[in-house]
Amino acid sequence: MNLLPNSNFNFMSKTRLFFFTSLFLLISTVGLLTFKGINYGIDFSGGILIEVKVKDGVTISDVRKKISSLKRFDSSLQEFGSSQDILIRSSVNDIELNQAVELIKNTINEQVVEFRRVEIVGPVIGEELKKYAFYAVIFALLAMMMYIWIRFEWQYGVGALIALFHDVLITIGFVSLLDIEFGLSVLAAILTIAGYSINDTVVIFDRVRENFSKHKKKEYEEIFNLSINQSLNRTIMTSLTTLVALITLYLFGGEVISGFTLAMIIGVVIGTYSSNFVAVPVLLLLKPNRGAIEEFIDPVKAKFFEKEQND
Amino acid sequence: MNQYSLIKKIFILTVVIFGFIFALPNVVKLPSFMPSKTVKLGLDLQGGAHLLLQVDEKSVMKEFYDGLGDTVRAKLRSEKIGYKKISSDSNNLSVTISNESQIEKARKVTKSIVEDLSIADNKNVITYKLNDFGINNKLLDIVEQTIEVIRRRVDATGTQEPLIQRQGNNRIVVQLPGVENPNEIKSLLGRTAKLSFHLEDSTGLKSPSTIRTIDEDGNILILKRRAYLTGKNLLDAQPSYNNNLPVVSFRFDSSGARKFGRLTSLNVGKRIVIMLDGKVISSPVVNEPILGGSGVISGNFSIEEVNELSILLRAGALPAPLSVVEERTVGPGLGADSIASGKMASVLGLLFVVLFMFFAYRLFGLYANIALAINMVLILSVLTILQATLTLPGIAGIVLTIGMAVDANVLIFERIREEYNSGSKLHTALEKGFNSAFTTILDANITGLIAGIILYVFGTGPIQGFAVTLSIGIVTSMFSAIMITRWILISWVIRKNPTELPKGF
Repeated sequence: MNLLPNSNFNFMSKTRLFFFTSLFLLISTVGLLTFKGINYGIDFSGGILIEVKVKDGVTISDVRKKISSLKRFDSSLQEFGSSQDILIRSSVNDIELNQAVELIKNTINEQVVEFRRVEIVGPVIGEELKKYAFYAVIFALLAMMMYIWIRFEWQYGVGALIALFHDVLITIGFVSLLDIEFGLSVLAAILTIAGYSINDTVVIFDRVRENFSKHKKKEYEEIFNLSINQSLNRTIMTSLTTLVALITLYLFGGEVISGFTLAMIIGVVIGTYSSNFVAVPVLLLLKPNRGAIEEFIDPVKAKFFEKEQND
Repeated sequence: MNQYSLIKKIFILTVVIFGFIFALPNVVKLPSFMPSKTVKLGLDLQGGAHLLLQVDEKSVMKEFYDGLGDTVRAKLRSEKIGYKKISSDSNNLSVTISNESQIEKARKVTKSIVEDLSIADNKNVITYKLNDFGINNKLLDIVEQTIEVIRRRVDATGTQEPLIQRQGNNRIVVQLPGVENPNEIKSLLGRTAKLSFHLEDSTGLKSPSTIRTIDEDGNILILKRRAYLTGKNLLDAQPSYNNNLPVVSFRFDSSGARKFGRLTSLNVGKRIVIMLDGKVISSPVVNEPILGGSGVISGNFSIEEVNELSILLRAGALPAPLSVVEERTVGPGLGADSIASGKMASVLGLLFVVLFMFFAYRLFGLYANIALAINMVLILSVLTILQATLTLPGIAGIVLTIGMAVDANVLIFERIREEYNSGSKLHTALEKGFNSAFTTILDANITGLIAGIILYVFGTGPIQGFAVTLSIGIVTSMFSAIMITRWILISWVIRKNPTELPKGF
């Protein structure tokens, strides 16, 4: 099955469209983060989380009534997957977290079949995890950029880095928009997206580099169009298989990781878009040195070419 | 495309066969001479409690400076140096010398009491402060001791296979598989359990050497600050009954027994005050000397309290107070549900991707699917061999790997088609397809590995589980998608000697 035989789209004539699309998404993200904010999970905000399976006939409002009768702290309740599963969350500040959990557990004990999950994150830990999260993202992005820089040239590194920030920010925007709880697992999703996106970017950059040395007379625009078009089938196939796996996970993997999977699904779409339509246009802007590329012969590839000539 | 060399074939076969053997115990029980290890499940899958405890750094330091103060005081006395005041807090110890002219001497004689101490003086005040290196060492030391005590306490509860380890320089992770409600253990770990025996102060006056407190019945009690004996000398403590009331019976070691004998002989008719963590739990009047080194602590205890107290006394006191700063408990129901949904998602994800690949590339897709299946087996076996913990996000990592692992084959196949369509002969197209896709695959996967490693370094628990499966998946998928697929394709070429790409490609 050849999805798009001999595709020959002139993507580089649409760079303004891509630019404004991305700009729109980025501005929306900034707007969302400013006015709506992020729904931090207890990993980052600190607090308590209790997931319970309630007895038949007990509703969420029964449980809510019981807890609010304590009059000790604010809590939010939500159904989690089914009406029998209830998630109780609270960012307690006037009494000790451990005591709060005990209090809630004792209060609703008779309504509950099973305490499925109890999480307590002290405020100090929350702050620390936030800090580590920030470092992890920055570190990961820079490390990937460095790798691209070493394997290609600085213009490619910059292109990849811009695409990466683009993906990470816009995914966070969607996390805010869809009210996905931002905890450690969503952070892991974002870093994985960064990995996926750069993977995609590398594939196209590799093509660009190859085409530079194959077609010495062609303009930058032509080279870039050619490279994206040549990779288009692969881009679509891989995004689809990844999305198929992720959507399966979203539908059947259970509530606990649904936020994580949803963030990943969004990220794969954005990552695929950015590899083609953000990273490459940045190259068009920075115009990497074509001469240097000719001199630079990839050592791994060189070995294969040598072998080919011998065959 | 050239046939693989014999060595290469043997290598690939060995990897695959060993992969199968090590993955197999996860599915069926093998005879005893074969491997029997299975994948280690994380607490989020098997149920259990994860606690993160923090050692109270301030009280560690305060206690250290208190002790230092005692040593300095003794030293100054023996050197006949007068002092006005010795005061300590969690930051430093400061000593005010009576006569400024003696400050040099005071400095000199106290200089080598402890290592890593920085000493500063200002007029007649000397300030002692542990440097960062010293503080770190002190903390590490305390944390190590604490881990020992925690292990003894947790073992006393009968928890199977607990994991107790240091994290950072002042924290301890305690993982308790199968523990649904960690309250009992939390209350055990939350108590310092410092036991001490004091004498009542007969003068009844408040002074720096006495403590004013209340006894177990709520009456005011003045006792000598200095402990005559502490829990350190205890050899054993057991719950028992005395006059039908639950009590803790204890036994001292030989030096403790001697001291206890002397204490009780010299103070017949007086009260001995037993304190636990700064609170009076019992203050009996000595009726007769106790020379055998054993006795009972009777208070207004319930049976549970007596049991807990016995465990605490047997396990010894914590060198510093602990607090629970993070807890994550997963019930067995949720764990089982997570495993079930994880399995479901993996199987369906695999099925859909396999179908997708088959429809997209037909015969070649089938080959890629064989490689994918082998990849799954390899991931499982590497997880088993490394005894890496499989968590729910870890399962997500495997499902994601299923989707991404075929990427290498997609890259290769698309290249083959491109080369073929641009006029290359099939053999050349195949060769070129593999060769030109190779660097791309390598670059793309290395960046993926970078993400995996960083996730592992910065992540905790479940996230690390995700990073592990993702990274393993990247490595095994390169092996299977490149080496195995290529081998299958070579065999196809040799067997059929085809001149064009298979139908539907």
